[in-house]
Amino acid sequence: MKTDDLVALLAADAQPVPRNAATRRIALALLLGLPLAAVIMQTRFGVRSDLVQVMYWPMFWVKVLLPCLIAIAGFVVLQRLARPGVAVRGGWLGLALPVLMLWTLAFASYLLAPEAERAGMVWGQTWRTCSLNIALISLPVFVAAMVALKSLAPTRPALAGAGTGALAGAAAAAVYAFHCPELALPFLAIWYVAGMALPVVAGALLGPRVLRW
Amino acid sequence: MHGDAEVQLRGLFLRGLEGDAAAYHQFLQKLSAHLRAFLGKRLFGWPDEVEDLVQECLLAMHNQRHTYQSDQPLTAWVQAIARYKMIDLLRAKSVREALHDPLDDELAVFADSDTDAADARRDLAGLLDTLPDRQRLPIVHVKLQGLSVAETASATGMSESAVKVGIHRGLKALAARIRSSAR
Repeated sequence: MKTDDLVALLAADAQPVPRNAATRRIALALLLGLPLAAVIMQTRFGVRSDLVQVMYWPMFWVKVLLPCLIAIAGFVVLQRLARPGVAVRGGWLGLALPVLMLWTLAFASYLLAPEAERAGMVWGQTWRTCSLNIALISLPVFVAAMVALKSLAPTRPALAGAGTGALAGAAAAAVYAFHCPELALPFLAIWYVAGMALPVVAGALLGPRVLRW
Repeated sequence: MHGDAEVQLRGLFLRGLEGDAAAYHQFLQKLSAHLRAFLGKRLFGWPDEVEDLVQECLLAMHNQRHTYQSDQPLTAWVQAIARYKMIDLLRAKSVREALHDPLDDELAVFADSDTDAADARRDLAGLLDTLPDRQRLPIVHVKLQGLSVAETASATGMSESAVKVGIHRGLKALAARIRSSAR
């Protein structure tokens, strides 16, 4: 086929195109994935029974809001990675800053704590399961965002996959906080971050295979 | 020249995104000339590949045109896609090391334009034949006979919206076949 024929053919398909498709499709993925994530959290782990009291503790809100900040940055990064020729720039900082902040605060609280309490702050009661639980809860958003990304045009598929993981992992951590009994910053700094890192790594590995276009 | 092309092409493209077929047609013609020059400079060792890649880029840009937002220079969008498709090709040929011209050089996509279309080596028409009828027929009628959507609809007995959907899905399928064929 001559290129001119192809051009004529493509021009025949000139329908109006939706605006801001990247933002809207990733938002839709989040909207579809989040309720499912909540269902997994509720059916497999259950909301903690003292949730109403816990809501008065600042630590509970740290556990919810910090992952939310990371998820928002992940969203911004992802919708930029989904569009060819758009630089991510400040988005990376938005992803890194909440984590660095958490690590700094966690380290400080670890140093300030009496020596006898330090081990408990790191391991808590649930270190064995926390990261894997977050990774499990991240699945619906992860899959939905990957599907959304497949309909867009990421030119750096490994990064785009990692960004998908960051969005899904952070959203999952925020959801998991409604179950999680832990209240120490060092615990969050290690096991929550590890739980979010799992989908990031999975996305970086899957991206080049799944997101080709 | 470079900046003029950006302004002119972007204007046509934005009208095309709103559904203006004439402006979009004009945009694609100018774009293919720029792509031919851009890719020709980089693939000087493989002149046969250039027209294939021009067509693949055109199809990819058409299918992914919803990822362009007007707050972004069109040059950056076009260049990122052209480079992505070119690297894909080079990677498939496993000759990236042999390329002397660095991929991230400063040659700009709209700097030159080359309107002499060579024949593509890859037979897009052959790939077209592998599509199901509901996608192939609308494409063949609109392409070969130059019929309008309404005329194609009455010629094939399909509804007008089925013709539009057939073209749309057929172009996506065509891009997927290019990806899995030969590479």
